[in-house]
Amino acid sequence: MQIKALFFATYRDIAGADELEVQLPTGASVDDLVASLRSRGEGWQALPEKPAVAVNLTYSKLATALSEGDEVAFIPPVSGG
Amino acid sequence: MADDRCTITGDPIDPCELIAAADGTDGAALLFVGIVRDHNEGREVGHLDYQAYPEMAETVLRNIVAEARSRWETGAVSVIHRIGRLEIGEVSVAIAVSSPHRGDAYSASRYVIEELKKRVPIWKREGYLDGESEWLRGSTPQPIGEGS
Repeated sequence: MQIKALFFATYRDIAGADELEVQLPTGASVDDLVASLRSRGEGWQALPEKPAVAVNLTYSKLATALSEGDEVAFIPPVSGG
Repeated sequence: MADDRCTITGDPIDPCELIAAADGTDGAALLFVGIVRDHNEGREVGHLDYQAYPEMAETVLRNIVAEARSRWETGAVSVIHRIGRLEIGEVSVAIAVSSPHRGDAYSASRYVIEELKKRVPIWKREGYLDGESEWLRGSTPQPIGEGS
């Protein structure tokens, strides 16, 4: 299945892109997505193993199961205001 | 139901426009304005760059406003946050709360800005006068409710 991963702030610097389309096996979780990204190369090790994420605009746990077309945003510590 | 407004914008903010939305049914209207400061943690700041996940930021802001409304008696609540490059002295965020009672307005306004800083997906990078820049280390949001 295809997942859209979004990156912001420091995570965007790590990814070198604001969004990536990622192919994952059916039934994969957010954890699997994180592992898949971190295995892409040395620079990706800067992405935390347990980052805050939002699935389809809602903060979600890493165990969350993903579905085709889900949008997963990697949320570095926020600093609005 | 009061007409709440939660907006992420790339345009300059006019705080007076927010407070003008308060109507005569409430006896108090309170305006909070956040301004870009020229220093932070001992370093001289020249400008800020704000980035947001706009769709989610507006959704989380609406949730925060609904929470404030459930705790205190408020009329219209407006929150607007700017993104992009901001110079020193420019308005980064404005919150207007109207209420029948000033105590509720103060409490609701304080709640909205504190929760905004904790969990609305907005980030700022400080540009220092020495030419360096750095994303600020902020709060890590947690899943709430059943999370799933």
